[in-house]
Amino acid sequence: MSAPILEIRDLRVWFGNPPDRVDAVKGVDLTVARGESFGLVGESGSGKSTILRALAGLAPTWSGTITVDGESLRGTRRSPAFHRRVQMVFQDPYASLHPRHTVDRVLSETLRLQGMDDIDRRIGKLLDDVGLGRGFRFRYPHQLSGGQRQRVAVARALAGEPALLLLDEPTSALDVSVQAEILNLLADLRVERGLTYVMVSHDLAVIGHLCQRLAVMQGGLIVDQLTADDLRAGRADSAYTRELIAASRSYAGREA
Amino acid sequence: MTATQPGPLLSVRDLRVAFPTRQGVFEAVRGVSFDLGRERLGVVGESGSGKSMTGRAILGLVRPPGKVTASRMEFEGKSILNLPERQMRAVRGRRISMVMQDPKFSLNPVMRVGDQIVEAYRQQTGAGRAAARQRAMEMLEAVRIRDPERVFGAYPHEVSGGMGQRIMIAMMLASGPEILIADEPTSALDVSVRTEVLRIMDDLVTDRGMGLIFISHDLNLVAQFCDRVLIMYAGRVVETLAARDLHNARHPYTQGLLNSLPRLDAPRERLAVLERRPEWKDGPLDPALVDASMIDAFPGGVR
Repeated sequence: MSAPILEIRDLRVWFGNPPDRVDAVKGVDLTVARGESFGLVGESGSGKSTILRALAGLAPTWSGTITVDGESLRGTRRSPAFHRRVQMVFQDPYASLHPRHTVDRVLSETLRLQGMDDIDRRIGKLLDDVGLGRGFRFRYPHQLSGGQRQRVAVARALAGEPALLLLDEPTSALDVSVQAEILNLLADLRVERGLTYVMVSHDLAVIGHLCQRLAVMQGGLIVDQLTADDLRAGRADSAYTRELIAASRSYAGREA
Repeated sequence: MTATQPGPLLSVRDLRVAFPTRQGVFEAVRGVSFDLGRERLGVVGESGSGKSMTGRAILGLVRPPGKVTASRMEFEGKSILNLPERQMRAVRGRRISMVMQDPKFSLNPVMRVGDQIVEAYRQQTGAGRAAARQRAMEMLEAVRIRDPERVFGAYPHEVSGGMGQRIMIAMMLASGPEILIADEPTSALDVSVRTEVLRIMDDLVTDRGMGLIFISHDLNLVAQFCDRVLIMYAGRVVETLAARDLHNARHPYTQGLLNSLPRLDAPRERLAVLERRPEWKDGPLDPALVDASMIDAFPGGVR
């Protein structure tokens, strides 16, 4: 057994000062093994995205310990090595790409920041890997569909050859047919590159499809940790998880 | 035909919405026909399939240079196609309402929630201030907002997304419309809140006999919540079926959409990717899959 790639102990994240202080994450422990695909589910406000943001250095106030690949994180500063190891894909590809930068500029800037050489060849390879092809290299975001944009965002995240990808609702802004394409792409890339995923989603079916293990969050706490098989069989310890599973199986109040 | 029994609330034939572009005229909706009774009618399709545009066209919300045409668009037997704005206002909001997808963009950010409901209600019904306030409170309670006093005086940024959506629904239903067009009303919501919002709309259809047009891209949701479903592809209705039969859909596009969904009960290694065939866009519609009303609209075959 190799050391886990991500270890979180007693993570607390809060915003603002008393009396307006909001505690978004209230003491969370998580361990993600190398090569694993781990899901975080919960309703909005449950703190699932905040965990990713604290990890990425986007949450200003947190306490506890986060260890990524042996490196202990502090505050909001992250080392160049961290940025190479960990990358993030955001929910809304319409907002996460600069509207006036071409795909070429987005990727070449990232590659240069990551200290890569042979940029020309790498851009071509990245575009092939995410299933776009080199024809897309000099396009602007507005010339791309939502799914194509999300592919560019994935290519940008892969540019530094990371080991851990943080996926924050990567398909919830997309149509179901496009969601299928992106989920397939993510599954393939994980196998090809031996990546570890931590994916946040409110959609249990998506998590069940892509992840092997998941944590269910409610009110800033983890209420349940289970495997995808448990999820499918409806085996959950907490009543809240069972409720979520039931709600995602049937929506309306029409059935008995 | 009398206004109540047995004719449909809304009858639409050969609805088209066209926009001029530099490359020529682009038709976003290409000959949509349907009747709406006192039922839950789902409209499903991908983005760009024309489902939202269909909803907007019914309410006269397509902005120029977009053009709406139809051989019939009747609300309780009277044509509402391209009504002058003054007359449309008597219908829009008061008798046919629309709830949009995202409460963040539908509520005025610098106006208290309660004042917005009151203003909308007075505009629609001419009610007095006190009566409108009382009505707003009732509506907030009806959409199961626990603390209506507080929410009444709150600004939109002070309420959560789910609450914002319920506020929108409260506002849209205050005047007691006969038809509600809900454009992805629950896709920004969490599952538990979603169930509640759906139940509110469900009660209105069952108890008050409202007609609901439920626009969504979520097939499973529509299959369970609606009575009947129209499947739209590239501006046309390619299949109409009872919601309970959705999982036995016969059109390859509908089947493709269903297969692309990840499912908890049937895990798959890879998700099926939808291939889009040109004949779905321009080929003849299959008479076995669409309503007779669709075929009426195309007496000599399609286009």
